[in-house]
Amino acid sequence: MTANLVTANLLEIRDLRKSYGSVEVLKGVDCDVRAGEVISIIGSSGSGKTTMLRCINMLEEFQGGTIRIDGEEIGFTTSGGQRRRKSDKDIARQRALTGMAFQQFNLFPHMTALENVTLGLVLVRKMGRDEARALGETWLDRVGLLSRKDHYPSKLSGGQQQRVAIARAIAMSPRLMLFDEVTSALDPELVAEVLQVVRTLAEDGMTMMLVTHEMRFAYEVSSRVIFMNGGRIGEEGNPREMFAAPKTERLAAFLQSSRFN
Amino acid sequence: MNAPPSFVDIVWIARWPLLYGLGTTVAVSLLAILGGTVLGTLLGLALTYGNRVVRLLARAYTDIVRGTPVLVLVLASFYILGTVGLDLSAFQAGVLALTLFCASHVGEITRGALQTLHKGQTEAAKAIGLTFGQTFRYVLGPQALRLALPPLVNTAAEMVKASTLLSVIGVAELLLRTQEVISRAFHSLEFYLLAGFLYFVVNYAIERLGRAVERRVSVQ
Repeated sequence: MTANLVTANLLEIRDLRKSYGSVEVLKGVDCDVRAGEVISIIGSSGSGKTTMLRCINMLEEFQGGTIRIDGEEIGFTTSGGQRRRKSDKDIARQRALTGMAFQQFNLFPHMTALENVTLGLVLVRKMGRDEARALGETWLDRVGLLSRKDHYPSKLSGGQQQRVAIARAIAMSPRLMLFDEVTSALDPELVAEVLQVVRTLAEDGMTMMLVTHEMRFAYEVSSRVIFMNGGRIGEEGNPREMFAAPKTERLAAFLQSSRFN
Repeated sequence: MNAPPSFVDIVWIARWPLLYGLGTTVAVSLLAILGGTVLGTLLGLALTYGNRVVRLLARAYTDIVRGTPVLVLVLASFYILGTVGLDLSAFQAGVLALTLFCASHVGEITRGALQTLHKGQTEAAKAIGLTFGQTFRYVLGPQALRLALPPLVNTAAEMVKASTLLSVIGVAELLLRTQEVISRAFHSLEFYLLAGFLYFVVNYAIERLGRAVERRVSVQ
């Protein structure tokens, strides 16, 4: 009860720490996201931006700190100083709170575009076949691929596959969408169609976090930009102010190097 | 004067023991392939997703059994198990040995197929909230099956051939029956050729079946 009154944030990350062996990649990240925000996470490779995104849906298990979505602790329960991993079933349920689109699309190659979208609806959302089909078609239509619904991924271009992957994630009505470099594996001429889909979702008020190297896109679409540096948040704020007048040397150097890419 | 009976006549006279032998060969092989596939799939899952202890045990089993001659397995399950109080008939011991052998191969095939799948497949399934069971049933399993089918068909054919080894513990399968018939009726060359032909027919049927399944599960 009180938790809900206090937390107006959809997502709350506190002192998030993650190591691979002895290498600490996240060194205490704090981050709040309110519903409707569009947040771009930028930074050089190895700065921890993708890892942070993957901790939010437990694709990476983190060793310290907490992540809460709508006040619910993700992945672990902490009581009396003891930290315990939640059951696999609980974690699976919590993962469905968020949706994720990947750099490599990761469509299921043995299923048609529509089957890719409806699988989660039927198995996780427990929808009937007809209802799932109808919703799947609605979302494929939204990403402009209704006519390709019976195609297998191998018959779709990279851009089309990524749009199907986004439809698959978004059809599950997640509270928060995570985009992990969704245009990095695409040929340049296919980037625009995917960004257009993301932009439309942002305009519709979807809460989302995007790890991206598309600086212009980050500038245009996000309500806030987070600059990751060495496993910490180096700087964050409104993209206009941040890009025009970076407060740290690091961000200035990073923007300088990426502006010409 | 009666003309000496032709080979066809002799085969006709010996038809029952031969058919009985063929039936035993098919039964032994089928049981071993079915049992081995179930056990081997579990073994493959253990090899791929088990914790360290489970993986180690599965690995030890797979390597030891695969590294042992099938004949030794057959003799061991017939003679050694008897000494520890597990009295199996020759048929049961033979099926057990072939099942264990088949499982070790299917385990490796399953592991190989699962590990070939990109880890993004598992992650995408997790990201939409699928449990591990659902992920295997709907995402990984069907893809792994497609990769594993050709080597699985191969292993099935190997099992049919290995079933001939049960003749040494007295299971009256096709080879042993053929030898018995030869000892009474001679014509060893013809009867061995006939037995060879029958083994070919069984394996050809397995291969056709495998092809049909491959076609059914393949993506257009």
